[in-house]
Amino acid sequence: MKKIEAFIRHEAFEPIRAELLDKGFPSLSIIEAKGSGRQKGIVERYRGSTLTVNVRPKLKLEVVVEDKDKPLVVETILKHARTGEVGDGKIFVLPVEEAIRIRTGEGGEPVLQAHSDEEMPA
Amino acid sequence: MRKRIGLAVMLAALASLVLPGTAFAQLAELETTVADKSIELDMVWVAVATALVFLMQAGFMFLEIGFSRQKNAGTGVAKILINLAIVTVAWWAVGYGVAEGGGNDFFGTSGFFFHFDQTIGQGEEAFNVAGSDAMLMLFGMAFCAVSLAIVWGTTLERIKFGAYVIYALVFGAVIYPLVAHAVWGGGLLSDIGGKPVMDFAGSSVVHLTGAVGALAALLLLGARKGKYDADGKPRAIPGHSMPLVGLGVIILWIGWFGFNGGSTFETAGSFFGEVMLNTQLAAAAGVIGASLAVYMKSRTLDVGMAGNGAIAGLVGITAPSGFVEYWAAPVIGFVAGLIVVYAVLAIEKFLDDPVGALSAHGLAGIWGTLAVGIFASPRLIVEGAAPGVWYSLFDDIPLSSTVGQLAVQGCAVLFTFIVVFAISFATFALIKATIGLRVSDEEEEAGLDISSHGMYGYPEQFIPQPEYSTGLPSTMGAGAGIPAAAPAQMTATESQEGASA
Repeated sequence: MKKIEAFIRHEAFEPIRAELLDKGFPSLSIIEAKGSGRQKGIVERYRGSTLTVNVRPKLKLEVVVEDKDKPLVVETILKHARTGEVGDGKIFVLPVEEAIRIRTGEGGEPVLQAHSDEEMPA
Repeated sequence: MRKRIGLAVMLAALASLVLPGTAFAQLAELETTVADKSIELDMVWVAVATALVFLMQAGFMFLEIGFSRQKNAGTGVAKILINLAIVTVAWWAVGYGVAEGGGNDFFGTSGFFFHFDQTIGQGEEAFNVAGSDAMLMLFGMAFCAVSLAIVWGTTLERIKFGAYVIYALVFGAVIYPLVAHAVWGGGLLSDIGGKPVMDFAGSSVVHLTGAVGALAALLLLGARKGKYDADGKPRAIPGHSMPLVGLGVIILWIGWFGFNGGSTFETAGSFFGEVMLNTQLAAAAGVIGASLAVYMKSRTLDVGMAGNGAIAGLVGITAPSGFVEYWAAPVIGFVAGLIVVYAVLAIEKFLDDPVGALSAHGLAGIWGTLAVGIFASPRLIVEGAAPGVWYSLFDDIPLSSTVGQLAVQGCAVLFTFIVVFAISFATFALIKATIGLRVSDEEEEAGLDISSHGMYGYPEQFIPQPEYSTGLPSTMGAGAGIPAAAPAQMTATESQEGASA
């Protein structure tokens, strides 16, 4: 199992989510993140003083998949998150030891992504 | 007033033709009735104006909360309510008497614990309190409350709540009444070498007074943590809501129609209309002046500064609103708008005034008081006063008399500054030496909402909320709007669409 963590632009999320869902990966999380990298901060002006905001808002996308699915998910993220400008973000891939579905207590790779016959409205 | 009595005489004459026998008695009765109704009409106008002036409390509340950070949003509400409550009692018990109770050049000596049929004033000017006097007393109270609300603009996000309580008591009972007595209560400033200070609605009495109190508090309180960097350069601490600032400014702006317009105290000649038009012209010019100034200075149109411009224009026209012609109002407002921007930028370098109260109420208040001495029209000035210097330069009023009036206006500024600063500084110093003026570093970091009030102004920021899984109103039944095959994990956007579908 692999955990894919991608720091992306906010506007990249919706197309990534749509395509991952389409390809059978509905399970993911996003976290509002702030960070710095090569992209410079922005300068805010307020009542004559300036305020440099050095960390920019990004989304952290987290998806846990079976090892074989990793390239597909990474490709999807790259396809939609890349604008070619500084600030597109980074992807990290981490090993995952265990996955447990809280509702049933079952574990292992089958819990990672939903399968169509098990789907139900929340 | 004269017009209405004329009408009464005509009506009476008409009545005497119809009923010649009783004409004389009826004429007298009619005159009395018309005079009574005339006072009642005046008081109805003052009542409307009073409500508008009290509404300004909401304006100050939103303005200050908008300029604060989220962790200090709730305390602004508590402050306004507690201050308004204390100043109400202080003005009724003591303040009104000090301001309006006749007495000597410095303070009034009657009218304490204002009640019906009480004798107020001495000698020829003494009167017994009738029903109509309550309205004027309440109007004065609203002014006192506005003046106090101005004080706290400089103290946001770091002052101890107890300071509000103690200073409000002193302010409502002593500080504001002393200044009001000097100018409006027949005191020292109502006759300087034969000339009275002209301050129609209180550029100095209300606004400069509040701002000087604010300065005294700020000097003893110091800047917010993080306002100045290691080199002493000011840093921006942005307020959390420009929309709230805007709401506050607009409420203040509308309230000002009561503030200035109501200071006519009567409906005679519909003069309040002139005053209100002047008020509007100056406020508009203040926005334009401040917007231009801040754009030229920083190449950005600062949202808060446009609001400060409106307030400065309004403060600037407060003293002259009943004394100047329409053309002068936008000039006064525009200059006030320029003043507020340059003053905020200059003061920011060494004093931390989060809302710009020192500039918008203090310096614009001084400008407004002096502007009377520059632009007051010969048509509108009060008895004994001289018109503005403008009418010496471009008309034939002798310069000696108009410059004299300008000097008298300057005396009002000086008097207000000295009296208010001395008492306020002493009061705040006493607070600082006893209960303390400023919260601890830890409390300031956490925010005054949680540290002073034990609750958050915006609790959802800090407390997790249970999720509502379908995103649908419960009355629609589970899953009514969602197809059964919908994916288990929906994004926020999708579930909202589901709810609205």
